[in-house]
Amino acid sequence: MPEETTASIQLPDAKKLVVSNSPHIRGGETISNIMGHVLIALAPAAAAALFFFGLAALEVMVLCTVGCVAVEEIWNKCAGRKPTWKDGSAALTGLLLAMNLSAGAPWWICLLGALLAIGLGKQIFGGLGFNPFNPALVARVALLIGFPQLMTSWVVPQAGKFMACDALTGATPLGASGAAVSSIHNLFIGNVGGCLGETSAVALIIGGIYLLMKKLIKWQVPAAFIGTVALISAVVHFFNPEMTQPPLYHILAGGLLIGAFFMATDMVTSPMTANGALIFGFGCGLITSVIRIWGGYPEGVSFSILFMNALTPLIDRSTIGKPFGYIRVKKEG
Amino acid sequence: MSNKPRKFKGGIHPYDSKALSAAKAVVNAPLLDKYTVIVHQNIGAPPELLVKKGDAVKKGALLAKAAGFVSVPLHAPTSGTVTAIDKCAGPTGISVPSIEITADGEDEWGFPFEPIADWQSAEPADLKQRVWDAGIVGMGGAGFPAHVKLSPQKPVDTLILNGAECEPYLTADHRLMLEQAEEVVLGAAILARILGLEAAIIGVENNKPDAIEALSKVAGKYNIKVQGLPVNYPQGAEKQLIYALAGREVPIGGLPMDVGCVVQNVASAVAVADAVVKGLPSIERITTVTGEPLVNPGNWRFRLGTPISKAIELAGGVKVQPAKLLLGGPMMGFAQSSLDVTVMKNTSGILLIPAEEVSQYTSEPCIRCGRCVECCPMGILPATISQAVENERFDLAAQLNVLACIECGSCSYVCPSHRPLNQHFKRAKAEIMAARRKEQKK
Repeated sequence: MPEETTASIQLPDAKKLVVSNSPHIRGGETISNIMGHVLIALAPAAAAALFFFGLAALEVMVLCTVGCVAVEEIWNKCAGRKPTWKDGSAALTGLLLAMNLSAGAPWWICLLGALLAIGLGKQIFGGLGFNPFNPALVARVALLIGFPQLMTSWVVPQAGKFMACDALTGATPLGASGAAVSSIHNLFIGNVGGCLGETSAVALIIGGIYLLMKKLIKWQVPAAFIGTVALISAVVHFFNPEMTQPPLYHILAGGLLIGAFFMATDMVTSPMTANGALIFGFGCGLITSVIRIWGGYPEGVSFSILFMNALTPLIDRSTIGKPFGYIRVKKEG
Repeated sequence: MSNKPRKFKGGIHPYDSKALSAAKAVVNAPLLDKYTVIVHQNIGAPPELLVKKGDAVKKGALLAKAAGFVSVPLHAPTSGTVTAIDKCAGPTGISVPSIEITADGEDEWGFPFEPIADWQSAEPADLKQRVWDAGIVGMGGAGFPAHVKLSPQKPVDTLILNGAECEPYLTADHRLMLEQAEEVVLGAAILARILGLEAAIIGVENNKPDAIEALSKVAGKYNIKVQGLPVNYPQGAEKQLIYALAGREVPIGGLPMDVGCVVQNVASAVAVADAVVKGLPSIERITTVTGEPLVNPGNWRFRLGTPISKAIELAGGVKVQPAKLLLGGPMMGFAQSSLDVTVMKNTSGILLIPAEEVSQYTSEPCIRCGRCVECCPMGILPATISQAVENERFDLAAQLNVLACIECGSCSYVCPSHRPLNQHFKRAKAEIMAARRKEQKK
């Protein structure tokens, strides 16, 4: 208790004073706060998935999220680490993984995905902050290569019919040609087949704007990513309309929006510098376009982001700006 | 020079809590029975003691003389008897030599200097000597001897007065500029004369519009310009201030004079005015005593050697036990473990921080969010350097320009993983400098 002085003025108890280095106040930002905001930003896309794919989508989301948190905690237990589920990063990885799966994905694909994402994608490198690749994308690509059939059969959306899960399969809009091409309107609201998070462009854009407003992502990444895809597809479409769809279609269809706003912007696996973020986004856009237009897969967003993840340390190192007061040192030196 | 201040890159906007004490006029602290004056109050060599136990001293009498050029004399805060020459609690937690003066209650001046009323025709060299004799240091926090800054070895064309006071909570300079605007401007004019300059510029953050107004009213008399600055911590850091007002970048490891500038704190300017025009040595200063736990935060004019406990008593004591007691502001101040530390020439604030503000954090892994990179006013990569330090790769830290770090603490403030970034950099700088000294000896 504070000591009493004669004038009944209380002085602090010196023995209870904490001594530590400056600064003595903190901004109050925490990891769980950041992860929580990204989860909120994903909410519109998750709601859209529920609307178009019903309970099947819910099942995938729950399985992936619970699966990821469970794998994380089991791993922590085995490795003798402290529980980390509270930071929200495993749950976020789970939801992002679900967004990368079809509503028709069987339960074991979801759980296997969770194991791959958290185990192979994150914990094996030492947990949060140390993984070089986006964990959800590691799982998606591993599943895509391991189970190509399952991973590319999409449930046809049944807007508003929550119980309907008739497992009608249709082609993803990017793989379609001729009459099967979806209308821009359907792509925009999400009335198309595809992964949970690939469908509703408007929901993803709302989430992306939220992330930008909260300054949780660098605008350079989605701007450079989407801009590059738009530019390349515009040029190719202009000279050879048969070869590819127009740019707006490229932007709205497939995983570009969720990739550009939610996957490529993952803090751990993307550059820290502003210029690095521009280069990173440009690289993602370039590789995505090449795979989409000339490659063997209809979609290239996941591969492009993983490839650029690998380049992140190099990009960071080569985009370190000159510190304040550096130029003059050289001049006078 | 452009009229609009340049914005430096980065910076943060902490909640400033200045409202606790900003409206409280400066009160002269009542005379105490005893003062414990810390001998070494300046950067550079500690002054040489001139008194011994039992000596009677007048207020303003010389207690210790400068030991070399980068050193300043020390004067008695009141009249009385030297009752002990001992060690007392120091601001860095280590005991330091001190002089205890038991006051006789007369508070009688023994004027050490003649006032130089006609300073406008006095020799600049004499004015500078007076600044040195009066024991004036940088009162913003660093405590660097003022006369050394006034002796640049390179041509200087710009004199800047630092009234930014960008540290949260502190309002001492704010009140000083508001209540003693004429002295601030007079001090600026004298400093300009010493440097052979015609003009000076006072930089004040825009969150003190009343101070800007008060200064502007009297600034015209001596061709002093008052410039409002955007509110952005650390606007008052020397290099950022020079960039804002003169548009020049002080080189890494360099001094303001390398870009033709001299920067002095506004409180130091007032001390210069007092020393020259009134012949007074530097024996008191305005200090903000503040923080949520205090009953009555405010600003007081304390004599050197006033124990912190007395300052807290003047502020009505505490309502709750604070978590931290700081000398200086919350971003760069020093945490104290004793109430016996006394007010020094550079004690701008005595700050009590409640438990809520300083909850104990556990450092978590870096998630590379890049917030530190964005806010660093020196344009270095705090996250990357911190990892190099954790791996004890001080060579890598040096390569990444850790020596450019001004220890403003912005990176630690914004870090969501609560990493001890600032602490890492202080360690790295110490290790690198020690290694270089070793290298030089070989």
